[in-house]
Amino acid sequence: MSAPTASPAGSPAGERAATGADRSGTVPAHSGGLGRRISVGLVTPGGAVFVLVALLLVAIMLTNPNFTDPGALIRFVGRTAPIAIAAMGQFYVIVSGEFDLSMAAVIATQVVIAGNVIGLEDSRILPGLLLMFVVGTAIGLVNGLASTLLRVPSFIVTLGMMLALTGLVRYVTGGAATGNPTETFRDIGRGGIEGVPVLEILPWSVVVLAVVAAASAWLMRRPFGRTLVAAGDNPDALSHAGASLWWVKTRAFVLSSLSATVAGILLVGYAGVHPSVGAGYEFTAITAVVLGGVVLGGGRGWVLSAAAGAFALELLFLLLTALGVEATWRDTVQGLIIIAAVALAARTWSGVRRPRASSPVVTATPPATPENPTKSTTEGDR
Amino acid sequence: MKRSRVTSTVIVYGVLLVTVVVAAIITASRGRNFFSTGNLDNILTATTILGLIAIGQTLVILVGSLDLSVPYVVSLASVVGGGIMAGQAGGIVPALLVTLLVCGAIGAVNGAIVAGLHVHGFIATLGTGLVLSGYLGSTYQGSSGLAAYQWRLLDATRIGPVPMAFLLMLGCAALAVLVLRRTRLGHHLYAVGGNKEVARMSGLRTAVPVMVAHTTCSMLSGLAGLVLLARLGVGQPTVGSQGGYDLMSIAAVVLGGTLLAGGKGNIAGTLAGVAIFAVLDNAMGVMELNPFLKDVVRGVVIVVAVAVYARRELDRRPARFDRPGAGQASPHPPPGAAKPTGPTGPAGTTDKTLEASR
Repeated sequence: MSAPTASPAGSPAGERAATGADRSGTVPAHSGGLGRRISVGLVTPGGAVFVLVALLLVAIMLTNPNFTDPGALIRFVGRTAPIAIAAMGQFYVIVSGEFDLSMAAVIATQVVIAGNVIGLEDSRILPGLLLMFVVGTAIGLVNGLASTLLRVPSFIVTLGMMLALTGLVRYVTGGAATGNPTETFRDIGRGGIEGVPVLEILPWSVVVLAVVAAASAWLMRRPFGRTLVAAGDNPDALSHAGASLWWVKTRAFVLSSLSATVAGILLVGYAGVHPSVGAGYEFTAITAVVLGGVVLGGGRGWVLSAAAGAFALELLFLLLTALGVEATWRDTVQGLIIIAAVALAARTWSGVRRPRASSPVVTATPPATPENPTKSTTEGDR
Repeated sequence: MKRSRVTSTVIVYGVLLVTVVVAAIITASRGRNFFSTGNLDNILTATTILGLIAIGQTLVILVGSLDLSVPYVVSLASVVGGGIMAGQAGGIVPALLVTLLVCGAIGAVNGAIVAGLHVHGFIATLGTGLVLSGYLGSTYQGSSGLAAYQWRLLDATRIGPVPMAFLLMLGCAALAVLVLRRTRLGHHLYAVGGNKEVARMSGLRTAVPVMVAHTTCSMLSGLAGLVLLARLGVGQPTVGSQGGYDLMSIAAVVLGGTLLAGGKGNIAGTLAGVAIFAVLDNAMGVMELNPFLKDVVRGVVIVVAVAVYARRELDRRPARFDRPGAGQASPHPPPGAAKPTGPTGPAGTTDKTLEASR
């Protein structure tokens, strides 16, 4: 997170911590100019993923010249939007130190709701959307409350939710494709604004992605975002500082299942209505988030890096296809790259952080709290 | 002190007892006997595969890691074992040796990535699982390999109502219990899982238990794959992923009272967790429940059962470890209060991993 700005405007917890960040007593908003901050940011895992995306893009353009066409590029962005949105949703949960394995099941649920509730009537689109968001919120609330108040590990809660939702959806649909939402609704996923200059078409999914990304980036700079990262970094310190841990984390789960809902709405357009739509999204989203330099266990990461991680993953698949790698070997390459990327990231994080984080302990400066903002400083502002 | 006697293991066995009673009542209401030899045999057979995997998963979770690669290891073991055996009795011993060796090597790689490269077990084993899945998908189309008749007897032979394979699983469990309770390695496993930094500062080589746990887990998964080979007669490259053994084994372990963050738990609880699943499945089979609804019941039971004891278990834990620290810190309340409760301090990020999910 871009914590040099660590914001007196932050949460009460963040505020007190920030005042202790500098020994002289004042906190500079940023260290170094914009260029320096970007260059520092790029060597962190959260920044490096943008370099990775750029490199993969160049590699694909070299192997497949068709891809240099802006129209093809924007359609690719449109296709990747659902997974990028899911990754951003997963980010909230992971950065607060939890897991959400129910994502794919939520997507399937929403897709089936869209297919059966909205049906072929345009007039039912708005109530249908409303229902989907209500269901998404409810699932998130259950996940969040069970893992915070009942203290069941979120891995287990969301696993149970996954089993229950998948079972229900399959039971209702009989495991086959049922229902077909109206074309107007499907257009959200596969239509777009026609006649845009250079791009020919601007898919709605790209618009939705841009809105979600902007909102997420803004949200993570708000007190809620700061508190969420702190919750993942050091939950005990946060609860001592007076934040209500359970409510912060519960909201993260709600955001996660709402993101899955949005991804599901977009996927209806692309994939139609089938209970297996979105299968595997939970692991893909977690992989994307981790590829984006977000640390499993929480406390570090930037929401847009998670989205970039999703793009890196999709570009990688595209590159493998362009290179003519057999589809069956793609898993293997994906696995190797995930391990390599995370191993590298683990090294970088520890390398960047250690000197700063350990100094307050060694010298025992009066308030030992600055840990959180100082650590996050390393990621810089991008 | 009296309260602490009611450990999570006791509760898990209580839950198991309740499940058995309910299942027996349901079965009886359908005019059948839950305790009939055939039905017991059914349940014991159902526990064997998941039991073997869950024992290994318990070790991995105890040491603070996770293993998501188990389904692919199971599949790999079944095709590799079947391939070497090729239906010949003479092929059994080489098949066992090679398969377990290959699986052990995969586990060692998992362990090395987790311990050496400091990659979270979730990602490391997700990665190796994908690698294996790619290999399996590219190399094998459809079932391959054939079990020898003598090997198939492992699953077919019964001593009373007890299948041989179940005894094999119990033997592995007993061995694991012995290692955990009686050997230095076992204690190190708990120590590293409980707090890696403290274990390291106490002079443990933290990599060793991690490596051993992952290697054992993959070997046990390999054994499970070989038992599946005995059961099915042929090796199948998708047998593991169809079973969903990765998440189900983790669920069984946590259901058995082992902390997902590591350092606390035991094999006996895990076995009870596996048995709960088996009894539940059996009862739902008797009720002729829709197979999709079974998943719903399973999901709800997992969460509710863990919720029953998760709260009190966790509440009690800090009291044991924190009091001395809190006492020392009292002269300077603000820094003391703001410090993380673990003795790890800022370095704690290295072993935080799932801890935060508590």
